[in-house]
Amino acid sequence: MKVEKSAVAGTLESSDAMVTIEPGESGIELELSSVVFHQYGAQIQKLVYDTLHNLGVEDAKISIVDKGALDCTLKARIECAVFRSNGIVDNLPWGGAIR
Amino acid sequence: MLNSVGREIPEEIIKLTGKEVFQGAFAKDGVEYQRAAPVVKPVMSNTTSKMVDSIHEALVKCGVRDGMTFGFHHHFRDGDMVVKLVMDEVHKMGIKDITICASSLGRAHDFLVPMMEDGTVTNIESSGVRGEVGKAISHGKLKGLAIMRSHGGRVRAIQTGESRLDISFIGAPTCDDYGNCRGIGGKSDCGVLSYSHVDGNHANKVVAITDCLVPFPNYPPHIPMAKVDYVCVVDAIGDPTKIATGAAKPTTDVRKLTMADYCTQFVVNTPYFKDGFSYQTGIGGASIASTISLTKIMEERGIRMGFGVGGLTKPMCDLLDKGLVNLLLDTQDFDLSAVSSLTNPRHHRISAGAYANPFNKGAFVNKLDFVILAALEVDVNFNVNVVVGSDGIITGAQGGHPDTAAGAKCTIVISPLLQGRIPAICTDVTTVTTPGETIDVVITEYGIAINPLRQDLIEATKDTDLPFCTIEELRDKAYEIAGKPEPVQFGERVVGIIESRDGTILDVVREVKEFKLDK
Repeated sequence: MKVEKSAVAGTLESSDAMVTIEPGESGIELELSSVVFHQYGAQIQKLVYDTLHNLGVEDAKISIVDKGALDCTLKARIECAVFRSNGIVDNLPWGGAIR
Repeated sequence: MLNSVGREIPEEIIKLTGKEVFQGAFAKDGVEYQRAAPVVKPVMSNTTSKMVDSIHEALVKCGVRDGMTFGFHHHFRDGDMVVKLVMDEVHKMGIKDITICASSLGRAHDFLVPMMEDGTVTNIESSGVRGEVGKAISHGKLKGLAIMRSHGGRVRAIQTGESRLDISFIGAPTCDDYGNCRGIGGKSDCGVLSYSHVDGNHANKVVAITDCLVPFPNYPPHIPMAKVDYVCVVDAIGDPTKIATGAAKPTTDVRKLTMADYCTQFVVNTPYFKDGFSYQTGIGGASIASTISLTKIMEERGIRMGFGVGGLTKPMCDLLDKGLVNLLLDTQDFDLSAVSSLTNPRHHRISAGAYANPFNKGAFVNKLDFVILAALEVDVNFNVNVVVGSDGIITGAQGGHPDTAAGAKCTIVISPLLQGRIPAICTDVTTVTTPGETIDVVITEYGIAINPLRQDLIEATKDTDLPFCTIEELRDKAYEIAGKPEPVQFGERVVGIIESRDGTILDVVREVKEFKLDK
């Protein structure tokens, strides 16, 4: 999947994350700020790459402001942002690209 | 050198501080020591006035100079103005190298950061530090070492002479022209002056600062005139809206209510829950909820509390109104209900020393049956951290945590399994601030772990339907939900020490290092 336009998902509430995704040209450019940066920064980085890879996204600028979200929340916010960037809001591929 | 909670204390810190490493919570029991005494300037003439026109004049008359140690109390909490009044003047006078020895410091003291940077303040001794000062210490901005010690530990350190107070400043809600201070009345009513008793007894110079001068004698005094050198009247010593707040609304958070319910069920199934039992709790939502649910069971079973002690809130004072507790022994008032309850003749003020000093001939904490405490982190050895955040930044205070944990027969820590994403139950706490040997029970919303050292409590509660598990199981559950956290990366420099209540070194706090992701 390609990132067609910029899109946002999530909130800045505690235990959530705000994900902003934009079209990119040279791979995945991640900008991460997190309240648990020391303890989970590396894990979140891996989760971002894995989730985008799973969706077939190769080029994107992604910015995450994490307020201590669990992996499941982060993953859902990233997937949502990617689908919104493609204008897809229904008939989502549950169990397929979204696993 | 490795101490008895398994923390490596660097040799240079042992040499620098002259302190021993921690050898166990009761290693100093019965060990005699010589108490320090202050230098006293007598007032014999009946024409001597103690009144000074300004903080500046008070400082000059006290002989202020570089390198002095100042005592402060924190009964005004986030509304405190006394430290700022004094330190602004000290800064203006160009005095350097001051040690602040406060019972605690908080967000009201963010202004100290530039004074740390320019060398006005070079050492801090406190129960803990919240806000910007904590961040600044963790980023290495204090020239000397920060010493974090419990409320009982501060009294001990002053009485043994480890901390010598040159000048102590007592913010007094009411005071007369001869220095009789009361914690009650006036514009900045904080109820009690418990943390300042030791300052009155041991500081070389004592300055009472008040915004409500009353006719002599201001009686009965909480700090008497015999201990006060000077009296200074200022416009305001505190912001009343931030001193004692309205009583916190009882929590509706299901997670906290669940933990409160587990706590009460545990308490009532121990052999200590009988008529005349003693109890202390904190001000967290779950602690307050457990006091409320315990009240119900006390009423049902006709069991009365002997005494309640420590920092007080409305639910504890309600017990007094209902005749369910014989005495309240007060060291600090967290809400207006606690302040107004002081008019009850069974609600007594006690000093921080009487409350918790481990080097007394016995403190009230030793007579506690139960204490209900909170934690930032608990590890699988039951060691608790209440001072350093999981990100390595100093962000909390020991308060009476280590004192009550050591004293009480049954020490219960309530903590949600996760604080945000951070596992509160972990393999190793970031910093040990209360040793695990003094923690008996850890209650989370996912289960309850009893310290294996307390086989008696395991036996006493085994027939209840409470969800018992091991502390390792709690940690595993937390890691399963949140993922295993990476340890925080610290720099080499030691910026602070966690002093055990007996004066030995429990742990050190290192400078935080900026964390960068590998690309």
